[in-house]
Amino acid sequence: MNINLTIIGQIIAFFFFVVFCMKYVWPPITAALEERKKKIAEGLDAADRAERDLLAAKEQAEADMQDSKEQSAAIIEQANKRASQIVDEAKEAAHVEAERIKLAAQADIEQEVNRAKETLRTQVAVLAIAGAEKILEATVDEAAHAKLVDKLAAEL
Amino acid sequence: MATELMTSKSYISHHLTNLTFGKLPEGTTRYDGTIVGDGGVWTFAHSSATVNEAATMGFWAINVDTMFWSISLGILFLWLFRKVAINATSGVPGKMQNFVESIVEFVEDNVNSIFHHKNALIAPLALTIFVWVFLMNLMDLVPVDWIPYIASQMGIPYMKVVPSTDINATMGMALAVFALIIYYSIKMKGVGGFMAELSLQPLGKWLLPFNLFLEIVGLIAKPVSLALRLFGNMYAGEMVFILIALLPFWAQWVLSVPWAIFHILIITLQAFIFMVLTIVYLAMAHEEH
Repeated sequence: MNINLTIIGQIIAFFFFVVFCMKYVWPPITAALEERKKKIAEGLDAADRAERDLLAAKEQAEADMQDSKEQSAAIIEQANKRASQIVDEAKEAAHVEAERIKLAAQADIEQEVNRAKETLRTQVAVLAIAGAEKILEATVDEAAHAKLVDKLAAEL
Repeated sequence: MATELMTSKSYISHHLTNLTFGKLPEGTTRYDGTIVGDGGVWTFAHSSATVNEAATMGFWAINVDTMFWSISLGILFLWLFRKVAINATSGVPGKMQNFVESIVEFVEDNVNSIFHHKNALIAPLALTIFVWVFLMNLMDLVPVDWIPYIASQMGIPYMKVVPSTDINATMGMALAVFALIIYYSIKMKGVGGFMAELSLQPLGKWLLPFNLFLEIVGLIAKPVSLALRLFGNMYAGEMVFILIALLPFWAQWVLSVPWAIFHILIITLQAFIFMVLTIVYLAMAHEEH
């Protein structure tokens, strides 16, 4: 309980401890703390950025998907249109062809009919003359009556 | 009964006596009745019921136990923290680094909340005070008889293991803080500013002597209260441990365990108070009033 030199000794020891602490203990520890704080802040920042990037990428992907959907829909529609167009064209061509074939057939038929008529006419003329010869049992001047018979044949 | 009272008294006073080394002047009667010869003698002080050699030695003596334990604990603190500081990583800290960092951050938070000037000294100072005082107080939890017993087996008559129960230790730290208060008061405000602060308030310049008296008392009260608060708390705590140690050995734990648990709070709190008051006083020294 006596005040003595210890008090000075304590002051000196205290002084050296504080100086040592200030020079060799405090700065490295607080520097490490500070650096860790910075690292954590950077890490959080990076995480934030990554999240934002991810969101943007998702949006981009969705937009791309939408685009391609629209594109494919357009392509399908175009194809459908083209297909129906081809069908229509084919129909038209077939129609035209059929018409042409029909017309040709009709022409053929008409020609055939005319030819048959012609043949029939000549045969009828011959037949008529022969018949008239038999009926009259007289010689008919072929030359003199040919005109008459032709006229008859033409009337048939 | 009388002898038992005597032994209790001598037990207590033995436990509360420092190991003091100093010079006994010529002609002093020693504890064993011998008289110191010519030129005095350098020796460890012994005390008996009638003789107090440590007091006779006066100022020029040193409490070897206080110095030994306080310096050992200070070196322990610095060695531990220095080891962590060397290997400090900003990555994932180990257990030891985590522990040290939590203390450093605790001190730093306190300093930042109280002290708003730029001064690289304050935070390390606060850390040193907090940990060192805590370790010195912690010696209080070592059972009171262990170390003195070992010391007496080694031939050392006295051994007071808690440096903060020695008024010299606490007063030494408080005076160092006081010196810093004066230094920073003058550095921040100039001699004139500091003098003005001491003499022109709280009552204006017409009551200058009265102001001066008030302010100087207030100024001196700072280190004195700082030293006596820590010393008083630890001395009283140690005293209670010693009194408990006087009980029969089978009954001691009933009191010593609750008191020790309670004391964990006190030693931490006293270290914390010493640190915070130091910061507050130095913050006041930096501020204009």
